[in-house]
Amino acid sequence: MNNKLKIKISVRNLNIYYGKFLAIKNITLDIPERSITAVIGPSGCGKSTFLRALNRMNELLPDVKTEGEVSIDGRNIYSPDVDLVKLRRNVGMVFQRPNPFPKSIFENVAFGLRIQGIRDRERIEETVELSLRRAALWDEVKDKLYKSALELSGGQQQRLCIARALAVQPQVILMDEPASALDPIATLRIEDLMRELKEEYTIVIVTHNMQQAARVSDFTAFFLTDEDRAGMLIEYGNTSDIFTMPKDPRTEGYITGRYG
Amino acid sequence: MRFKEKIYLSLTALATLIIIGLLSYIIFDILKNGIGVITWEFLSQPPREGMTKGGIFPAIYGTLVRTLLMLVFVVPIGVFTAIYLNEYGRGSNFSKWIRLAINNLASVPSIVFGLFGMGFFVLFLRLGAGLLSAALTIGILTLPIVVVSTEEALRAVPNSYREAGFALGATKWQVIRSIVLPQALPGILTGAILSVGRGMGEVAPLLFTGVAYYLPYLPSSIFDQFMDLGYHIYIMTTQSFNIELTRPIQYGTALVLLMLTLSFNIIAIFIRYRMRRKRS
Ligand SMILES: Nc1ncnc2c1ncn2[C@@H]1O[C@H](COP(=O)(O)OP(=O)(O)OP(=O)(O)O)[C@@H](O)[C@H]1O
Ligand SMILES: [Mg+2]
Repeated sequence: MNNKLKIKISVRNLNIYYGKFLAIKNITLDIPERSITAVIGPSGCGKSTFLRALNRMNELLPDVKTEGEVSIDGRNIYSPDVDLVKLRRNVGMVFQRPNPFPKSIFENVAFGLRIQGIRDRERIEETVELSLRRAALWDEVKDKLYKSALELSGGQQQRLCIARALAVQPQVILMDEPASALDPIATLRIEDLMRELKEEYTIVIVTHNMQQAARVSDFTAFFLTDEDRAGMLIEYGNTSDIFTMPKDPRTEGYITGRYG
Repeated sequence: MRFKEKIYLSLTALATLIIIGLLSYIIFDILKNGIGVITWEFLSQPPREGMTKGGIFPAIYGTLVRTLLMLVFVVPIGVFTAIYLNEYGRGSNFSKWIRLAINNLASVPSIVFGLFGMGFFVLFLRLGAGLLSAALTIGILTLPIVVVSTEEALRAVPNSYREAGFALGATKWQVIRSIVLPQALPGILTGAILSVGRGMGEVAPLLFTGVAYYLPYLPSSIFDQFMDLGYHIYIMTTQSFNIELTRPIQYGTALVLLMLTLSFNIIAIFIRYRMRRKRS
């Protein structure tokens, strides 16, 4: 792995249980800053679980237990004094299904600012425009900012969700199969957008689509379940290495299509 | 087999017909006998001449005020309870017990509420027999309606909205306040209106908590006694010195009460319908 890059997120011996069920087992990896890291693997191998551990979203579910350490900028986000609100502002998330609020386009993007108690109209307008521009959506929506976000197409809604996440100025963006509900054109737009965003943000993306991982990511982590259905990290490295000369035969098997 | 099918079909159809028939008969009977009585004077004047003439204004007034007062208590308490049950205490043992208690509350006979209201609000809390005690007593009776419909409305808000809110750094209360509640508002409103429709027609809980046979003046504070439509019908049909003579008044009062409760229920149905359509 490229040693010149600064590490943004460092995961150590991460175990996550749903009740008694061990969903991911002993994951250790480092995610470099300002890059795109893809997490791939068959369905049920714990990709979403892993991703949701990075902004502590798993805790919204009852009966989830997390062991191990996740550090962002050297600080363990699981230590008891961590402020969840600050953490989640710093680590934004885009979900598999576009989930804009049933509010106007403007209010969707402004939401993160409003809940921070920001009232300054001008500042909110500026941030909304900037975020929409960064999410490559501005030109399409600038004339209907006060229309319901639900009137947008699926691809537009997903870019709106990205804009909404950008508006709170996170450093890390987690994306869980952000394009799986979109058509190929909308998918390519999201991918272009990710390439632009990585100049400023650290992006971790879960994807089922191996071409997508190969196209956009700098690093790839391959997960697989063991005989107890616990997800493990099989191989992690530069995307080009993983796809051209995987070290583990299981990785090779997966990328050449031998597993589901 | 086909014969059996037919029997069941006829049975269900018959049951439905009986209900519709009864309902139409009641409404038709009240309408036929009551409509002629309803004049502006009937609606705006107090009873006269030993309640054999005049109007029913004090009873309309009392019913509306005690119902409004009930809403003031029931909506916040019911909504907050539902928020607790659905957003904070989901799946906890404590909320299971509360839910059980609320469901049981809904099946308590209403006269028991009256007795409880007298014991607790009138005597123990020394609120006296008046609008406030009556409103609180009816409030306990309608609380389950508000809690259940609010819970239903909260449950219908997709979890993905909550997740999106949390992922943006919103606190639990912010998520509830600015995402969940606005979405659930029509459902909450429906519950409130249904509770009005239900509470308005109740009489038994009022018996010991502040309703009066006849008052020469309108209540001027929430501790004053009041007249009430349902109770008015009851006394006119059972205790009036000339029941036959006051028959038109009885029908007129019943019609007014019916119209009031019916219109609230229709508003609730309308909101619910609009909500369903918007969602699909
Ligand atoms: N809320 C939950 N409660 C219990 N078990 C869960 C829960 N969420 C996920 N799991 C289990 O944990 C394992 C990992 O799930 P996860 O959703 O992380 O997989 P995934 O790799 O994201 O799968 P997919 O590619 O289908 O999205 C699965 O076996 C799943 O059944
Ligand atoms: Mg997943």
